[in-house]
Amino acid sequence: MKLAIASGKGGTGKTTVALCLALSADGPVRLLDCDVEEPNCHLFLKPEIRHREPVMLPVPVVDAAKCDGCGKCRQLCQFNAIAVLKGKAVVFPELCHSCGGCVKVCPTHAIREVECEIGFVEQGTSNGVEFVTGSLNVGQPLAPAIIRAVKRHANGDGLTILDCPPGTACAMVASVRDADHVLLVTEPTPFGLHDLKLAVDTVRELKRSFSVVINRADIGDNRVLDYCRAENIPVRLQIPEGRRIAEAYSRGEPVLAAAPELQEKFRQLLAEVTG
Amino acid sequence: MKIAITASGASLDAPLDPRFGRAARFIVVDTATGGFTVHDNTQNLNAAQGAGIQAAETVSQLGAELVITGHCGPKAFRALQAAGIQVVTGATGKVYEAVERLQKGELQPSTSADVEGHWA
Repeated sequence: MKLAIASGKGGTGKTTVALCLALSADGPVRLLDCDVEEPNCHLFLKPEIRHREPVMLPVPVVDAAKCDGCGKCRQLCQFNAIAVLKGKAVVFPELCHSCGGCVKVCPTHAIREVECEIGFVEQGTSNGVEFVTGSLNVGQPLAPAIIRAVKRHANGDGLTILDCPPGTACAMVASVRDADHVLLVTEPTPFGLHDLKLAVDTVRELKRSFSVVINRADIGDNRVLDYCRAENIPVRLQIPEGRRIAEAYSRGEPVLAAAPELQEKFRQLLAEVTG
Repeated sequence: MKIAITASGASLDAPLDPRFGRAARFIVVDTATGGFTVHDNTQNLNAAQGAGIQAAETVSQLGAELVITGHCGPKAFRALQAAGIQVVTGATGKVYEAVERLQKGELQPSTSADVEGHWA
């Protein structure tokens, strides 16, 4: 069972919910930090890392002596990563999506690929939780490649919880696309509702089963609840606003230690979505 | 010399477009003859990414040796350098005013990009 924790809006409590679920689960559980541009689960789990490996992507290199500037590679490239300047193809690797098409269409065989390190994946354990995290190097754009690498380390039975990146773009889609269920964490504010709607549209498009968790449920207004009711979206859990919770989070401590009364609620939530 | 100026309109008294890659148009002025041509940039304007790089390719194909614009990001700057095109950033006002100021020596080519990528 793959359970993805996503949100749309950032800062709604995805990591809090993902950690609480992982630490409330009975039986084997795996936590994947898919927010590879700003991974933070490790700050709370403090795992013992036993494996680390680089994530490589192939990028094209042009042999200017062989390039006759025909522009076939540039026409093929969907990401504007190649320009023909002064009669030679010039590659901008930071825009390359590593499809390899330019190599194949080059009539003079002037393009070859070299492996380029874009980040890394780490694997470890903490409190009985199998943990995998990934990190994208600063300046690199292709978060989905790291996310896929994180997910490759997570095959096997049992419960897998994915702490997803915010937003509804490629990185979020790469994280949730094969989830058995997606929990959308939101907050009862206009911004929270606006981005929840975007996230709902996205997971519907991806044909995922999903439901909602409202964090800091006693701030703001009732519009998130009204929306969920109107759209027949189950609201699984409402977590109250609490200074204890915020303080524990700010110290990098598991929220369940500060608010143990939540543990039973997270157990129930798990039973509902995995049952 | 041919100069490409980023323009929001199609004439020499159009305001200069401050963006390079996503400029509405390029106006190419031939300083030898005083003549000019107007080139639409809609395709790059709507590109998801790499607008600056492709715009550099466009002005290179138009034969420009110098670009006058408002701002130029790092990838566009690298592409223009690879094409051997000088870049003047920080220009404002109307297209013909920018050309006049260049000819009076009031505008100097930059040695680096003046903004980060995706600054707008």
